[in-house]
Amino acid sequence: MQQRIVIDPVTRIEGHAKISIFLDNEGQVSDARFHVTEYRGFERFCEGRPFWEMPGITARICGICPISHILASAKAGDGILAVQVSPTANKLRRLMNLGQITQSHALSFFHLSAPDFLLGFDSDPATRNVFGLIKENADLARRGIRLRQFGQDIIRLLGGSKIHPAWATPGGVRSALTEEARDDIRARLPEAFETTQIALDLFQEILEKFGHEAHVFGNFPSLYMGLVAPDGSWEHHDGHIRFVDSARNTIADHLDAKDYQQYIGEAVEPWSYLKFPYYKPMGYPDGIYRVGPLARLNVCERMGTPRADAELAAFRDAHGAVNSSFLYHQARLIEILCALEHIEMLIEDPDLRGDRLRADAGVNSLESVGVSEAPRGTLFHHYKVDPNGRLTYVNLIISTGQNNVAMNRTVAQIARHYIHGPEVKEGLLNRVEAGIRCFDPCLSCSTHALGAMPIQLQITDHHGDVIRELRRD
Amino acid sequence: MAVKTLTIDGKHVSARDDQTILQTAREAGIRIPTLCDLPGVGPLGACRLCLVEVTGVPKLLPACVTVVQEGMEVQTNTERLRRYRLMIVELLFAERNHVCSVCVANNHCELQDRAMEIGMTHSRFAYQFPKLDVDTTHGRFGIDHNRCILCSRCVRVCDEIEGAHTWDVSGRGANARVITDMNVPWGEAASCTSCGKCVQACPTGAIFRIGATVAELEKDRTQLSFIVNARENKQWLG
Repeated sequence: MQQRIVIDPVTRIEGHAKISIFLDNEGQVSDARFHVTEYRGFERFCEGRPFWEMPGITARICGICPISHILASAKAGDGILAVQVSPTANKLRRLMNLGQITQSHALSFFHLSAPDFLLGFDSDPATRNVFGLIKENADLARRGIRLRQFGQDIIRLLGGSKIHPAWATPGGVRSALTEEARDDIRARLPEAFETTQIALDLFQEILEKFGHEAHVFGNFPSLYMGLVAPDGSWEHHDGHIRFVDSARNTIADHLDAKDYQQYIGEAVEPWSYLKFPYYKPMGYPDGIYRVGPLARLNVCERMGTPRADAELAAFRDAHGAVNSSFLYHQARLIEILCALEHIEMLIEDPDLRGDRLRADAGVNSLESVGVSEAPRGTLFHHYKVDPNGRLTYVNLIISTGQNNVAMNRTVAQIARHYIHGPEVKEGLLNRVEAGIRCFDPCLSCSTHALGAMPIQLQITDHHGDVIRELRRD
Repeated sequence: MAVKTLTIDGKHVSARDDQTILQTAREAGIRIPTLCDLPGVGPLGACRLCLVEVTGVPKLLPACVTVVQEGMEVQTNTERLRRYRLMIVELLFAERNHVCSVCVANNHCELQDRAMEIGMTHSRFAYQFPKLDVDTTHGRFGIDHNRCILCSRCVRVCDEIEGAHTWDVSGRGANARVITDMNVPWGEAASCTSCGKCVQACPTGAIFRIGATVAELEKDRTQLSFIVNARENKQWLG
C-alpha cells in the first residue's frame, strides 16, 4: 500500500510550504515533494505602474531581503534610463547589499538553523528555536542577534530604515553615507569579525557531530550558477553570470543577465505555485542548478579578500568540489566574513564621499534586466515599458525558485534515508525540514507571496488517503 | 463692512459679513478638518470634511462655503460630525487604490494626515479596486488616478493662479476624473505651461514629479500662497 507523509507547514523558513512524502506498498519512500502553497501575483499587478516606483513596490515582496529587490529593480531601471550610475552610487549600493548579506545570513545561521545544531535535531520542538538557543548558549545567541543587527544597521544608516528603505532608485541612490554613520560601522566591525570567526569555528564542531547529516542533506551533483567579478572572484552585485558543473568545471561563462531567457527555462508543476527553473541547454529536469552561497563559492575562483580566501581554501581542501547542501551553512559564514572584509574596505573608499548620487534621464530603452545576488542566490528583474515609462511586462526570477528542483531532490534524499514506514518520529521530520532550511528559502519572494512559515507533513497511501498528518503553526 | 457676531463651539466670535465659517473658526483658533480647501484659491465644498452643525438648520453645512450670519450657533466637533468625517475618509480610501507604503507622497500626504487626525484605523467599506490609468505623457509630471480624491485643487490652481485652465473634471459620480484640456493625454495638452502648480497643490500623490520614488514627494504649498499674496498686494509693481 502506498502512503504519503506531509509536513505542513514547514517551520523556520521564510514563507509557507508543505512537504509530501509518498510511501510505497512496503512503507518505503517512493517520492517526496516540496510544495509552495502561497501565491501573490506581483508580476501582474505591477503592469501599468511607472517603472520608477518599482524598487519601492518590489521591495514589499519580502521583509527579509527587500534590499535584493530594491537593487535588482534599480539596476533594471538604470537600463531603461540607459545611464551608467556614478561610482559613488554604485559603491553605496554595494555597501547596502553587503549589509543585507550579513544580516540575512546571520538570521539563517543563528536564528533559524543553530537551534538544530546546538540543541540537536531530535530535541523538543517546543524549545528547538532561538529562545531555546538563548537558554542553551546565551552568548552565542546574543552575538548572532548583534551580528544581524549590524547588517540591518548598515541598511538603516544608508537608507533611513532597516526594512523597505526606498533608497536605491533608477539612476542611483537617494542619499550618501554620513561621516557619523561611517564611524559607527567602523567601530562595530571588530565585534562582527569576532562573531563570524566564532561561528566558523563552531561549524567545524557541528560538521564533526553531524557528519552523517552532511552526507545525506541534499548531497548530489548539480550545476551551480552565480555572478562572478570580471577577474573571476566572488561577486554579489555586478559582474557576469557563470555556470559550473558539479566538479566546478566552467560550462558557461561571461553570460549577460539580459539574455537570461536564453539560458534559463522555467518549468511548471501542477502541485506547486513555485516554478522550476533549469539550465536550458540541458533541459528539464537534467538542467538542475543551485544558486546562493554554496553556488557563489563554487562558481568563483577566489573570494578576493584575505581572510575569506583562507577559509575558502580550507573549505575546498576539506570537501573538494562541494555538492552537499548541508555545506550551504558554511558557505554562508564564509560569505559573511567576505562581506565584512569588503565593508571594511568600502567605508574607507574615497569614492564613497562623492556627491554625484543620482543620474537624471528619461525613458531611453524600452526593455531592461537587472540582476543582483540576493543572500539566497541570483535575482533577476526583467521589465518592459511603454515610451512613457509604464510597465507592460514584468518577470521576476527569484533565487529560491532556482533552488526549487534541488530542494525537492534534497527532501526526497533525506526522506529515503530516514523514513521507513508510516511511523515517523518528529526528529526525522525535522531533518526533512532542516534539509530545506539549508537553502534558507524565502518563499515570500519565490512566489512573490505573503506570510510566515509554518509546516505541515502528510503521509498518504497509494489511494491518496492521508494516513498521518503532523502540523505546526 | 458689517460685522457679524456668532458662536462657534460655544465661543463668542465676530467676523466680517463676507467671511465663511471656516475662516472665522481659523481666526478664533478653532480647528475644522479640511482636505479640498487650499489657501490662495477659492473654496469649493468638494470633500465635505468641514461639515458643521448650525442650530436651526436640519442639514449639515460645509464650513468652507457657508458665509457667517448674525446670531449663528455653530458646532464643529459633535459626535455626529466625527462619525460622518470618519465615514468620509474611509470612503475616500475605499473608492480608489491608495497604497501608502509604496506611494510617492507617503508621509507627506494630506489624506493620510486627515485619516490619522480623525482616527481611522481601517475602512469599513468594501474597497472598489477600480482599474485606473497613470498618465506619464507629460515627461516631467504624472497623474495617477488611483490616488486622486477629486478635490479639484489642481483645477482651481491652474485656473485661478496660473490662468491656464488645463485641468477640469469630466464624468459624474464614480466615473468622475480630472482631465487635461479636452480629455487628451497630459503631454498633448497645449494649454499646459508646465508650471507645476498642480503638483504643489495636490494633497495626495495623484499628481507627482516623474522620477520620484516612495515618500520622496514633498510639496511646498507656501509657493502658491507666495504668488497669491504677491499678486494681491502688488508686490511686483515696485
